[in-house]
Amino acid sequence: MVDRNIGGGGDTTAPILTAHDLGKSFGALAALSEVNLDVAAGEAIGIVGPNGAGKSTLLACLSGAYKPTFGTIWFDGQEVTATDAPGMCRAGLVRTHQVPKPFSGLSTFENVYIGASFGENISNDEAYDRTVDALRLCDMLHLANRRAETLGLLDRKRLEVARAVATKPKVILLDEVGGGLTDAEADALVDIIRNIRARGTSIIWIEHIVHVLLQVAERLICMDAGKIIADGIPDAVMSDAAVVEAYMGHGVE
Amino acid sequence: MNPSYRIERWTTASRISVWVFALLFLAACFLSQSGNDSLLSRGVVLFVYVLLAATWNALAGFAGLMSVGQQAFFGLGAYFAIRLSDSGVPVFAAMGLSAIIVAALSWPMSIVMLRLKDGEFAIGMWVLASLCHLLVNLDPLIQGETGISLIALNAYDPETRRVILFTFALVSTTAVLGFLFFLLQSRFGTALQAIRDNDEAAGSLGVNVLKAKRLIFVFAAFGGAIAGALWLGANISFQPKTYFGVQWSAYMIFMVLVGGIGTFEGAILGAIVFFIIETFFAAFGVWYLIGLGTAAIVFSLVFPQGIWGTVVRKWNLHLLPIGRRLSISNEK
Repeated sequence: MVDRNIGGGGDTTAPILTAHDLGKSFGALAALSEVNLDVAAGEAIGIVGPNGAGKSTLLACLSGAYKPTFGTIWFDGQEVTATDAPGMCRAGLVRTHQVPKPFSGLSTFENVYIGASFGENISNDEAYDRTVDALRLCDMLHLANRRAETLGLLDRKRLEVARAVATKPKVILLDEVGGGLTDAEADALVDIIRNIRARGTSIIWIEHIVHVLLQVAERLICMDAGKIIADGIPDAVMSDAAVVEAYMGHGVE
Repeated sequence: MNPSYRIERWTTASRISVWVFALLFLAACFLSQSGNDSLLSRGVVLFVYVLLAATWNALAGFAGLMSVGQQAFFGLGAYFAIRLSDSGVPVFAAMGLSAIIVAALSWPMSIVMLRLKDGEFAIGMWVLASLCHLLVNLDPLIQGETGISLIALNAYDPETRRVILFTFALVSTTAVLGFLFFLLQSRFGTALQAIRDNDEAAGSLGVNVLKAKRLIFVFAAFGGAIAGALWLGANISFQPKTYFGVQWSAYMIFMVLVGGIGTFEGAILGAIVFFIIETFFAAFGVWYLIGLGTAAIVFSLVFPQGIWGTVVRKWNLHLLPIGRRLSISNEK
């Protein structure tokens, strides 16, 4: 049912990503507080939680888009709390955006090429190879020469993933890449994400559709009101009293 | 693992057009020797327009930085040419050196200006231009709005002066356009367009957004300054008001919007269109300006992508391609 053995060995090694006592405030509003998180290399973690729980804020802090108000972040043996988004990307941690942000005037190919050629210092030929590889992985080769502004929602979401994959990340943060997709489309997406994981990339994936999420994630985190309220094996998290409470007394599934 | 694929950058049309450009360059070189006075001085005017349009397009069309203050660099380019010439630098060297000084000055300016976003940046640049205007007026050499002439040009007889100026304009315009084309063809150029479309996403993919914007800002300042120095060489007199006037930004916007914003060819085409309109209708004074405004409105309604943008959409024609097309040979 759930694929839990893949990341099993990761627990014994040092975590690739650590957040310690992380917090982010906007004025008086604490969007994120007291977040502690360890991610093992190769691990796949799902994050759920009601709207406004701070999930996207957490990704923004981890990826360097927001500078955290409190706490520290460690990535791949370095302290990266103050590193900006381009720096995090080059270090090997990349995110996708909940609302796709395509470079609308560029082609699909050129969109992905940006990720390939700026995620790391590599030659042009290598960047082209990586671009083609990421496009194939995300099943977008046939769209390579289309202007990104002509893509539909599904393809825009896949483009977010393809661009991120092209940077050759150690950790990829996915923000609701499956939202609004049909079951068939979601299955195709799960295949893509499994393939990314098979390359040894750690995955942190925010998604509302839990049954889709659990096809990839062996660990589930539930957030509410800016805090992590449950973290562990999916079944345990889903039946946790605090989680049930967060969803207004309804079971999640 | 990968099937064989090719990245197509050049097409037959674009190879031909590069040769056409090279021939035009040679023709212009011969023209400079022919010594037809009015042709040469009009030529300098055209080059100034091309420089202004191409650099404004680089800024707005490729990096997404809409500025209505490029006259700051146009005016400073002319000012420093006069200043340097007054302190004994040979006049044509002063014009070139002036552009380098303005580019160097634009670097610290960019630190402040690039913190501003969108509309704030546009208006902030206008404020910057006004500030430069006022500061230049403080220099006693300029005598306030009375202005001064580039007297050192009198050392040359009018004919030689025109030939040198035309050649200077031809070479500097070709160099600026060539550099811009090279820049836009590189991965840096693709990154600039990514920044224009979404700077946050560009940053999260590893693009150093600020550094890229700064480079194009300094480049545009350099181009504007060269144009200002050339304009001074062609008109000899320097009155701060005419050089630092916002109408220069209006002209740049007109040329780029009419030609096709965000296309390399469009800016050049727009400059030519503007040049032709100006040549035939400038004598009509106020009516010329009204006509220019009407043309801008008509173009934005009928061809919102500009002339070249429309050509690209209709026929997918690229004379000077900066994009990358993927062509896969043995799959699907």
